[in-house]
Amino acid sequence: MSAPVLQTLFPHIDDWAEIGRACVDTLLMLGGSLALTVVIGLPLGVLLYLTGKGQLREMPKLYGVLSLLVNVLRSIPFIILMIVLMPVTYALVGTKLGIRGAIPPLVIGAAPFFARLVETSLREVQQGVIEASQAMGASVWQIVRHVLLPEARGGLIASTTVTAIALVGYTAMGGAIGAGGLGDLAYRYGYLSYQSDYMLVTVVLLVVLVQLLQMLGDRIVSRYNRR
Amino acid sequence: MIRFSDVHKSYRVDGRDIPALQPFDLAIESGEVFGIIGHSGAGKSTLIRLINLLERPSGGRIAIDGVEMTTLDEPALRVQRRRIGMIFQHFNLLASQTVADNVAFPLRLAGERDAGTIRARVDELLARVGLAAHADKYPSQLSGGQKQRVGIARALANRPSILLCDEATSALDPQTTASVLDLLAEINRELKLTIVLITHEMDVVRRVCDRVAVLDAGIIVESGAVADVFLHPQHPTTRRFVNEALPEEAATEQAPFARVPGRILRLSFRGEATWTPTLSRVMRETGVDFNILAGRIDRIKALPYGQLTLAMEGAGVDRALAALRAAGIEIEEIAA
Ligand SMILES: Nc1ncnc2c1ncn2[C@@H]1O[C@H](COP(=O)(O)OP(=O)(O)OP(=O)(O)O)[C@@H](O)[C@H]1O
Ligand SMILES: [Mg+2]
Repeated sequence: MSAPVLQTLFPHIDDWAEIGRACVDTLLMLGGSLALTVVIGLPLGVLLYLTGKGQLREMPKLYGVLSLLVNVLRSIPFIILMIVLMPVTYALVGTKLGIRGAIPPLVIGAAPFFARLVETSLREVQQGVIEASQAMGASVWQIVRHVLLPEARGGLIASTTVTAIALVGYTAMGGAIGAGGLGDLAYRYGYLSYQSDYMLVTVVLLVVLVQLLQMLGDRIVSRYNRR
Repeated sequence: MIRFSDVHKSYRVDGRDIPALQPFDLAIESGEVFGIIGHSGAGKSTLIRLINLLERPSGGRIAIDGVEMTTLDEPALRVQRRRIGMIFQHFNLLASQTVADNVAFPLRLAGERDAGTIRARVDELLARVGLAAHADKYPSQLSGGQKQRVGIARALANRPSILLCDEATSALDPQTTASVLDLLAEINRELKLTIVLITHEMDVVRRVCDRVAVLDAGIIVESGAVADVFLHPQHPTTRRFVNEALPEEAATEQAPFARVPGRILRLSFRGEATWTPTLSRVMRETGVDFNILAGRIDRIKALPYGQLTLAMEGAGVDRALAALRAAGIEIEEIAA
């Protein structure tokens, strides 16, 4: 496509590089927050699983507290969570804006969600396999590391995909209150200035991103799933 | 030796203690194949799981080769568990790992790091269970019998002294069951390990076990050498199990021989007596007439046995019975 064609189709878009930068920002926010979400959510999910009723380290009180915390964080709409967390964000990363400012609320919003998915995936692992490992003299840590995580691999990857896609939505919302990225473009130009071509381009880009994430996730799952 | 002393077990369900095993004593000798037979819910799994403390007893003591299991702390218990292999009805293999990695798993758990050592041991184990060609397959690519063989190889990896089998053949067809039982018998013979096997099929007990305990609603109602229990069952539950294994014998319980004249007797031959023509010699010498109503010749593990239900008539019956008893044949009178 040559420049004049683009100009006719998208009359308001004069700086495609800005869209490119917004894409990169969105990807950075997504990558950074997803990595931290997994780092925090995976152990949290394992802890939820282990302390649950009838599990290897049943602890009703701890489970109750963790479960409540996860439910509270999950029930707050992300945009509100982001505003509520602003002081925390500032204390953590020294700014409330941009990619850095977006990551703490993204992670705090997504990690509980991911943890719950991890817990559910781990529960899918057959009790008999865990029992067999105990009978072989495996410690709880060995069971987590060598039985639960590998056996639940397919479910864990699918959970990561779902979380990544949820994060794409969160980053777009975050854009409206200063996080930058594609959401910011859609909000400033598309919503506030009625430039519907901006809206269209960002929506298409977000759809493509979600689609790619889903395909990538499914690919990895089918490569590892051997049942 | 595995020794249970005054062991009992209850499960806590909705705040109430539901007894699963009534207090019992039991000693399982080193090197024997010990069967535990019972109906569903009798407490078989509970009993076998007490041995490696997958289930903790509500009271009593369990000692293995003198080591009091219930007093061990977690690390010590893990070490003990490595000396006790276990196989399961549903195999419980790691679906995400190859056959070789499944077998290597207990070695790695025990701290073995050297890849060469692991590979050599895995190859040796897979050869023993006849799966050398399947090392790189995944469990989902194997038949039930092959999966159980992987389970057996895995259970033997750390050279245990005890092998626990929880309904190990219940998910298999009769032919595969037979081959897995043969493998277990071979392992017992060659590796001299103790096997504790639970089942609801008398035929499994007959094929491989040396001794058996019959469990009924949490109570051991009968136990002893398989040949004794099998040929002379005392408890009604035991009789039912034995009759399942001997369909033609089932009839004798209902006395359909009421119209048959003479005394109805059940003769049991064991070992060499099975192959000698004692019966025909004694009948000829005493002039007794007899009629065969039911019979079977088979083996209990390696021991050949025969059991015949006969009707006998004539003046010499008592003399004949004395002569048969003198020749080592066991006789029960079913009806006069
Ligand atoms: N974890 C548990 N919690 C509560 N009750 C249990 C538990 N495990 C077993 N029971 C109960 O204890 C009794 C004995 O169960 P067990 O599993 O030992 O029987 P089983 O002889 O192995 O039966 P099956 O042949 O069906 O496997 C049953 O009444 C069962 O409902
Ligand atoms: Mg059972």
